[in-house]
Amino acid sequence: MIYFDHNASTPVRPEAREAMNEALAGPGANPSSAHREGQLARAAIERAREQVASLVGAAPADVTFVSGGTEGDHAAVIGMALALEKRGRAVAISAIEHHAVHGAGEVLARLGFRVTHLPVDARGFIDPASVPAAGSGHTLVAVMLANNETGVIQPVAEIAARARGAGLAIQCDAVQAAGKIPVDFESLGVDALVISAHKLGGPKGIGALILREGTPCEPLFRGSAHERGRRGGTENLPGIVGFGVAAECAARELKAEAPRLLALRGRLEAGLRVALPDTVIHGERAPRLPNTVNASFPGARSDHLLMALDARGVCVSAGAACASGAVEPSPVLQAMGVPREVAVCALRLSMGRGTSAADVDRVIAALAESVRAARGAAAAPGARGA
Amino acid sequence: MTPERVAPSAAVRPPGPDARRVLAAMSGGVDSAVAAALLAERGHEITGVTLKLWCYGRAPLSPRACCTLDAIDDARRVARRMGFPHYVVEAEEVFRARVLQPFLDAYAGGRTPYPCALCNQHLKFGDLMSRTDTVGAAALATGHYARIGRLEDGSPALLRARDAGKDQSYALALVPYSALARTVFPLGDLTKDEVRAEGRRLGLSVWEKPESQDLCFVPDGDYAGFMTRSLGETRGVAPGPFLDREGKRLGTHRGIIHYTVGQRRGLSLPGAEPLYVLAIDAERNAVVVGPRSALECAGLATGPVNWLMPRLPEPGTRLEVKIRYQHRPAAARVFPRADGSATVRFETPQSAVTPGQLCVFYQGERCLGGGTIEQALGSDGAPLAHVRGAADERAGLVTIALS
Repeated sequence: MIYFDHNASTPVRPEAREAMNEALAGPGANPSSAHREGQLARAAIERAREQVASLVGAAPADVTFVSGGTEGDHAAVIGMALALEKRGRAVAISAIEHHAVHGAGEVLARLGFRVTHLPVDARGFIDPASVPAAGSGHTLVAVMLANNETGVIQPVAEIAARARGAGLAIQCDAVQAAGKIPVDFESLGVDALVISAHKLGGPKGIGALILREGTPCEPLFRGSAHERGRRGGTENLPGIVGFGVAAECAARELKAEAPRLLALRGRLEAGLRVALPDTVIHGERAPRLPNTVNASFPGARSDHLLMALDARGVCVSAGAACASGAVEPSPVLQAMGVPREVAVCALRLSMGRGTSAADVDRVIAALAESVRAARGAAAAPGARGA
Repeated sequence: MTPERVAPSAAVRPPGPDARRVLAAMSGGVDSAVAAALLAERGHEITGVTLKLWCYGRAPLSPRACCTLDAIDDARRVARRMGFPHYVVEAEEVFRARVLQPFLDAYAGGRTPYPCALCNQHLKFGDLMSRTDTVGAAALATGHYARIGRLEDGSPALLRARDAGKDQSYALALVPYSALARTVFPLGDLTKDEVRAEGRRLGLSVWEKPESQDLCFVPDGDYAGFMTRSLGETRGVAPGPFLDREGKRLGTHRGIIHYTVGQRRGLSLPGAEPLYVLAIDAERNAVVVGPRSALECAGLATGPVNWLMPRLPEPGTRLEVKIRYQHRPAAARVFPRADGSATVRFETPQSAVTPGQLCVFYQGERCLGGGTIEQALGSDGAPLAHVRGAADERAGLVTIALS
């Protein structure tokens, strides 16, 4: 089996697993308890907070542990919009945000907020000039650092500068970027940054909201003073410990791993072009994550490709799935102006720590076979409607 | 979209020497679930597929219907239980073009279509069959009650199910002959009760799921309502005359899409004897009614016939025909024509020959194929006209041959 779906989730690092095992084997004290064991549990959490803060160049005190990217996005977008409500009831969200951010926007819309969308160009870039001007009623802009489907890295620092100039708060979903490219909270200049453990070798169910000191943000979960009042609920100790270790490993390996993956990406794209010359690589002309290739193989629908690749032992993702699980054209590709008939043929291939050059070659061969088979089937008599 | 691949909790034997990769069509119902599960249990490498025929966000469908979100979840649960991957394949476009549109066109033309045959022809044994190569599968499996047999020369034959009451060969008559060689019907030798028992034994949650009765996309049976409300159909809905065989107006009908040949209920016409729909004349927007005896006719003409045999039958070959799903097969002679259609002459007159339904040919257990019924024929072999004098009005179009 070849796993090319690391953007969906990537294996837990052995170091993180070991640290979690230790945390699970301990006496199980509550980190809020005053006794010695409680203090040890607290110390483990604070150590992890430093590790996570260090990965993104933030102060440990800015880090709030949450249950993952979706909660982090909700906590930041809804929390800041509510805190800034007196200044206006409108937020601007980029068209290519993750569902989690669009979901937070839906909650705000339900509360009577106006939600507007920042467009992207054909390269997959959010246009910094589309940031709302002062006086538009907006209080918040939400833009992601790297798109989860195309891997396109967004001009967040420029957008943040414009947002600050217009007096707007800015939230950045860095879930897909953290651990794959250097992420620096300071130089990005955002007010809130969200990351998730399971995208960088930590466990699922834990993430972090990094909130600049003094940023107004109302907590979603209240009732107790955990996480300095920012997020009520007993801490997920094993998750947090695993996250911390994974963040530390990711930070350490980044310098070597990013160029290694970039070389593999080049090998993959070059190989696909030779095997399937009409391959369309989405976001090709933009800076992208070193591990991600989003490509369409015209005439071969992605739902059929997924089945064909699965039969050949290759795991990849197709853009988006509807409630039934059927593959639908990705809203991200549609926002980039990709024609529907090309968008329904898109696959996301995402590599990670274990990926080797031999894996890349095998995936190219499997894809070439699968695309030919899917195209052949589509052309078979009776296969398509008139 | 991720495949559901979880360690099987049902006993799965290691693949035997004859194990193959099989694509299993799964609607979410008990039949296709048991069919796929039995193959998995025998050690075949199964890829489960549910065709998504409809966008559930918009369509008002009953929870009893197949192809709903719940049905897809049921299929997924079976795949998880048996430990094979399951995929949902989008087939809305093909379904709309090859099943729904012909369904609408048929009703608008005064016919009573049989969409299940088209769905089998174009979706399951067309689109899906063509996907077997994509996954490197040797065969396609479905939960139909029918069997595949081998003729002496090794060529395949479609056979009725062992359980005559459940036999679905009628619905399979339009399947391409070339598809039979790559088709597996694991339920062909089982009764419905046995299938449920197998489902229970295998621990499949769907084992006691109620049977879907009507068309999957019209679970409440209100075809006219579905066509007008859900599909926005505007043809065939205008009121028009009920005519008797003399051409006399007896009343006003609600639009021809509400009627089918042989229908007695819902006509609300006064008369000494019960009246039945004899014919629907879309051109004149008329519904012709008459006594039960007038429903009988001597033969029929089909459209292009899909023959499930290597060679055409000789003209005049004796066989049995089924002219609707619940019809008891009737002895007849078939005369294949040069244009691919066929003329059928019944040994004894048959009632309610309905344009749009299938005429399916059998010889004993074997299904030889079928075609859509174009028109009823009189004893002289000419098309029946149910209204006297109609021929004068529409010169040359029809020949009166009834009484």
